[in-house]
Amino acid sequence: MQRYHNLCRDTNNGNERTGDAMKSMWQRAGMAGAALATSQPALAEYAYNLQIPASQVAQDVFDLHNLIMLVCLGIFVVVFGAMFYSLLKHRKSLGHKAAHFHENTTVEIIWTVIPFVILVGMAYPAAKVVIDMKDTTSPDLTVKVTGYQWKWGYDYLNDGISFYSNLSTPREQINGTAAKGEHYLLEVDEPMVVPVGKRVRLLLTANDVIHSWWLPAFGVKQDAIPGFIRDTWFKADKIGTYRGQCAELCGKDHGFMPIVVEVVSEEDYQAWVAKKKGAAQAAVADNAKSFEIADLVARGEKVYQANCAACHQANGMGLPGVFPAINGSKVATGPIADHINVVLNGRPGTAMAAFAGQLSDADIAAVVTYQRNAWDNKTGDLAQPAEIAAARGGAASEAAAPAAQ
Amino acid sequence: MSDAAHAHDDHSHGHPSGIMRWLTTTNHKDIGTMYLWFALIMLFSAGTMALLIRAELFQPGLQLTNPDFFNQLTTMHGLIMIFGAIMPAFSGFANWQVPLMIGAPDMAFPRMNNWAFWLLPVAALMLMSSFLLPGGAVAGGWTMYPPLFIQGGISYDLTILAVHIMGLSSIMGSINIATTILNMRAPGLTLMKMPLFVWTWLITAYLLIATMPVLAGAVTMLLTDRNFGTHFFNAAGGGDPVMFQHIFWFFGHPEVYILILPAFGIVSQIIPTFARKPLFGYASMVYATASIAILSFTVWAHHMFSVGMPAAAQLFFMFSTMLIAVPTGVKIFNWVATMWKGSLTFETPMLFAIAFVCLFTIGGFSGLVLAIAPVDIQLQDTYYVVAHFHYVLVSGALFSIFAGIYYWLPKWTGHMYSETLGKWHFWLSVIGMNILFFPMHFLGLAGMPRRIPDYALQFTEFNQLATVGAFIFGFSQLIFLVLVLKTIKGGAKAADRVWEGAEGLEWTLPSPAPYHTFETAPVVK
Repeated sequence: MQRYHNLCRDTNNGNERTGDAMKSMWQRAGMAGAALATSQPALAEYAYNLQIPASQVAQDVFDLHNLIMLVCLGIFVVVFGAMFYSLLKHRKSLGHKAAHFHENTTVEIIWTVIPFVILVGMAYPAAKVVIDMKDTTSPDLTVKVTGYQWKWGYDYLNDGISFYSNLSTPREQINGTAAKGEHYLLEVDEPMVVPVGKRVRLLLTANDVIHSWWLPAFGVKQDAIPGFIRDTWFKADKIGTYRGQCAELCGKDHGFMPIVVEVVSEEDYQAWVAKKKGAAQAAVADNAKSFEIADLVARGEKVYQANCAACHQANGMGLPGVFPAINGSKVATGPIADHINVVLNGRPGTAMAAFAGQLSDADIAAVVTYQRNAWDNKTGDLAQPAEIAAARGGAASEAAAPAAQ
Repeated sequence: MSDAAHAHDDHSHGHPSGIMRWLTTTNHKDIGTMYLWFALIMLFSAGTMALLIRAELFQPGLQLTNPDFFNQLTTMHGLIMIFGAIMPAFSGFANWQVPLMIGAPDMAFPRMNNWAFWLLPVAALMLMSSFLLPGGAVAGGWTMYPPLFIQGGISYDLTILAVHIMGLSSIMGSINIATTILNMRAPGLTLMKMPLFVWTWLITAYLLIATMPVLAGAVTMLLTDRNFGTHFFNAAGGGDPVMFQHIFWFFGHPEVYILILPAFGIVSQIIPTFARKPLFGYASMVYATASIAILSFTVWAHHMFSVGMPAAAQLFFMFSTMLIAVPTGVKIFNWVATMWKGSLTFETPMLFAIAFVCLFTIGGFSGLVLAIAPVDIQLQDTYYVVAHFHYVLVSGALFSIFAGIYYWLPKWTGHMYSETLGKWHFWLSVIGMNILFFPMHFLGLAGMPRRIPDYALQFTEFNQLATVGAFIFGFSQLIFLVLVLKTIKGGAKAADRVWEGAEGLEWTLPSPAPYHTFETAPVVK
């Protein structure tokens, strides 16, 4: 069994799929059968079993699952063996006459006690893994993960880095007007980056509804609950790219908020940290600038696509009855102060989030300007970062901090 | 005028005709029939939604639905199947069979019986019509978790109200059933002589009475959070969204057994009949059913392992969940031992009962896998869970309902059904169902989350297989509809004791069972 896992880990690179989507189902079913029967190693793909573990916890879960499957297989053979023997041999059509026994205390005690003993045997190793999974002490690195409808936010508490991670699969691929890429729906603009072999503690929360951060190869799934902080941990064994998805229904685009973790060497990690810090400084500088309307509209379109288009749609028409249109709306064509207020503070009790804590002054100025000039909203208005800072009131610099740190 | 006079004349031993017969009836057989037809209509409605879901998932990308409508479909499919199809079907069986099996003339509270039924179409209409409201039907999952559920539109309030009404109906129905069983048994029919179907429904009735008010409380808090400014589940106001999950699953896990205990009862009637041998371990069956019911109140948080809880709590809920496997195993062993050295024949009810035992056991195995907390955390909210509960609810609850219909339909209609059509229905259902749900185990293990309208490319083949199975399974239910209609219209005359090995009071009555039965109580020796 151990040899099997080692081989699998050696011959595979993380949970990457080789992209051969057309491989016949029957071939796979056959491989599944072969794997069950002989534990054949060296299967390049694994799409019918747990993903190849990339952490000790995931390995423990993998082994536990194999153990339970063996126990189930044993019970299956005994129970189904007896039943199918009876179904074949004890038929009226074969002239079998019914016996008349209907109880046997000894047998009944035996088949109550034996399953109990088997269960105790399964509970013991499982309990050890539970306790290990819950031990979030002595981390090398702590990252706060925040679920949003529908993206993930990462705050590196040790290094002071913050960013958002959005689905990067183009809409055309989802709508079927472009060919689907290899990592369709499992790719993001800004992956989470962690150093290999380090204990990473995750603090999870959410901004709106409950989400769940799931990275199968690490054996980690933890709900992110608004108003509460939960923690979990992982230690990635191998450099590579690992992919997961949100695992708790969180509204319309629940299926479109993947998680990508790049596990890199310590040096690469430090280089990445330095790069992110430089970008953050540039973002702070932007908040103090004044922009031309064309620049704001261009920047705003990107912000809009990443943050607004999921609900309000790329064409600004929203979804009737669910998400209001921005094209021609009173908010986007009326007084600009009200418009800024809605973007900053959201609409409590609806899916409209408050973006004050998510976007910088420059980004909010850009997206407001874009919304007021795109489609049929040709208002000609523009908002400058300074106006956003003023609208934030006293909390201006603090509120912009998460994105600009 | 003459009609009215006629109806009046008939009053002592008859009933009004036409629509008024069904609206005003207090007869347990009429009400049982209505429950079963209602359940069938709901089965086809929610089944149609399931086929739409599977059609969308036939390939990656968005083809037929948008993500919001997809979520409406999965949510409504779950709500309607559970509250509209499976639960009312079992209530229909209880109405028809409990009085016949215990030798009672009718249910204890015939008028409440009528009301309990007629609330259901009202609730169903409210649920279904929400598709037509602005924003569409409820899309937050049948589990209704806040804060997501707080975000929705008017259809969410309508759904809460519908759940209240269905809960009211269930509570009234179960009070009626429990009272009937405890007070109206024929002389000599002691508790430990009752048919197992009656036992399982007695225990189910208590589960319903204990848990439906809990659900009502949970959804009432949602309603006030949504409309009246309370903050039960809103952290910003000092509430806790996880509290909803605890309350919901305190209802939700016993609900799982509400959906399966009557199935155990039906199968425990059918297997001895076609094995021509008494049920093995009757007493241990009763005790196992009661143990499962009691344990079901101590396992709810296994639905919430990924929420995050202290290690001690996780261990407690893991152990208590594993413990349920013991009495459940006893039941499986007893059914196998009942078949052992019997004289087996394989009419359609028996085929469905055997499929139930086999496939429910597979659902039990995946349940055991999911009981192991670390593995559950990996599989929570994936297609593995979808596979697990469909094995338990489709090849479990639904197959037992089919088995029971085939078993008692001749008694109800006076006609034998077509064995040929029945066998076609069985084999297409059992094959379609396995093609549909077995690949979902693999999808879940490989990492496909549930409740997503679109998926990554490595999940394509198994999804296509599942969709093919879904259409085989779905369309083969039309055979069942044709079979039932044909049997009601005509067919070979059924004997009083329809099946050679059948035991019990219902088989002492003529087929079809007269409108009023056991007006004089039979005596059980």
